[in-house]
Amino acid sequence: MSAPTINPSPKDPTQPGTPGGLGTQHRERRRSSVNIPLTALVAVLSLTILVPLYFTVVTALKSPDQLGGTGFELPTSIHVENFSKAWELTNFPHALLISGIVTVGAVVLTLITNSLVAYAIARNMHRPFFKALYYFFIAALFVPFPIIMLPVTKEMAVLHLDNPVGLFLLYTVYGLSFNVFVYTAFIKSIPPELEEAAIMDGASVWTTFRKVIFPILTPMNATVGILTCMWAWNDFLLPLVILSDPNTRTLPLVQYVFQGQFNTDYTTAFASYLMALAPLLLVYLFAQRWVISGVMRGSIK
Amino acid sequence: MTMATNILKRNRTRPGLNAGAKKKYSVSRTSRTFYWMVVPALILFLILHTLPTLTGMFFSLTNYAGYGEWDFVGLKNYANLFKDDRILSSYGFTFLFAVTTTIVVNVGALFIAILLNAKIKFQTAFRGIFFIPNILSVLIVGYVFNYLLSNNLPLVGQWLGIDWLSTSILANPDLAWLGIVGVTAWQSIAFSVIIYLAGLQTVPGELYEAASLDGASAWKQFWSITFPLIAGFFTINMVLALKGLLQAFDQIVALTNGGPGTSTESVAMVIYRGGFQGGEYGYQMANSVVYLVVIVVLSLLQMRVLQRKEVDI
Repeated sequence: MSAPTINPSPKDPTQPGTPGGLGTQHRERRRSSVNIPLTALVAVLSLTILVPLYFTVVTALKSPDQLGGTGFELPTSIHVENFSKAWELTNFPHALLISGIVTVGAVVLTLITNSLVAYAIARNMHRPFFKALYYFFIAALFVPFPIIMLPVTKEMAVLHLDNPVGLFLLYTVYGLSFNVFVYTAFIKSIPPELEEAAIMDGASVWTTFRKVIFPILTPMNATVGILTCMWAWNDFLLPLVILSDPNTRTLPLVQYVFQGQFNTDYTTAFASYLMALAPLLLVYLFAQRWVISGVMRGSIK
Repeated sequence: MTMATNILKRNRTRPGLNAGAKKKYSVSRTSRTFYWMVVPALILFLILHTLPTLTGMFFSLTNYAGYGEWDFVGLKNYANLFKDDRILSSYGFTFLFAVTTTIVVNVGALFIAILLNAKIKFQTAFRGIFFIPNILSVLIVGYVFNYLLSNNLPLVGQWLGIDWLSTSILANPDLAWLGIVGVTAWQSIAFSVIIYLAGLQTVPGELYEAASLDGASAWKQFWSITFPLIAGFFTINMVLALKGLLQAFDQIVALTNGGPGTSTESVAMVIYRGGFQGGEYGYQMANSVVYLVVIVVLSLLQMRVLQRKEVDI
């Protein structure tokens, strides 16, 4: 993840497709011996992450009268009713559905449109219009959200887009700056001969994009997809200002309202936090290796 | 926008493309398709991003409350900003918070990334663990730590007999910012670690072998080999972190909600509160414009300074 002028070195060995990236590193490592003291140090450091997570789970399973002490004790009896209570209070399935719609909508629309825009720009950088467009989008990276916040809220209300659909449209448009930047760098490394061959065979530019370019973009699509997914799922400020109907609250918004109304009921609150964190956490546990390498790839560009 | 319409017009005035001419005009036909790929996105971008930015700049020159009538007031809003204690203290807090957290995040992330890149056991699993905070919602992480910092940490403080730790640091106007720095760093380090790991893998291993043969210490190897070679990644991380942290909002809402008093109010929070709840639309837009300028200037400055230190392999 970088701004345009940073790290222009084109011979970066970790670029996708070139040797010397993750794979070689792993192979080299297997040959050499393991450093045990360092492993122990890393294990101790990882407690800073695991302990708060443990604490969240344990608290969510306790009854309010078990709360005293340091908070790290295991619950004496497990209180699953915290979850059912939180489920009802936050109308969890509904919020989950809204968050799901916003996230899936944002990811799908972003992948299709942002890669298309980047493709057109990357292949026409010699034309002033596309070059100007590129820098126009990149410049927007530096515009802080608060400056757009108030006007866009009014605008979305006028356009009747103050709902989940408007929300994922905004994620798609606001992600464009960064995504075009990432995609363009990648597309430039794809030899144009591939497309020329397809065009020779009579394929239109659209078909070429769909059948040749988009599949080659898979690693970049994964990166952009993961980042967009995390952003849309966890975002708080944009839904807070855009969504006008209380029935369309996303998960973070529900937690916010919930916290205000029941801030003394910690065990229920923690159960509700855990339920909001769980879906992405579960996905992450299964797709961990893939997520990290995806984000790494995105960061290098 | 005008460029796009000009080009479209030019294409339209061209003689119709009959079957015979198709081959001959294939280049211009192709380019027209490319325009169709970008123009809808450009229009959406102009409507949803550029227009609000410009609208904001325009209203910064008015006394608009967000509803009802408004008048031009020129640069009066801007002049008032510099006399407004609440605004000034929000900038003070935001800078203090963003700069401290940027340093903590980068030092911490670089340290962890070097450890994770070393020859340790369960490397993949540990990388997975250190990335977890990044996928969690800032708001909820804030709530959980709010409880930890207000209930559990004071117990530890009492047990150790440390006075300032014996009560919630979030309730202490002088210390609350430290709590926010800590929690934000806990979460932000994850992403920086990934970027540094990517950077560390670009450093050729032979350099270390040569340095070891020359008897260079680990510390010396870090400063003369590792750091110069990953300086590009350092720049990226510093710029991204500072830019992101200057916009802090969620974590503050969850941890202190700007309090105690207004001691931890960030600029983004003041804009949100004043603009949406306080009827200060025009005034807060002036604040936003100043904020925009500050962020752009700081980012560019940072890139210039840091890029001088970069080395290419």
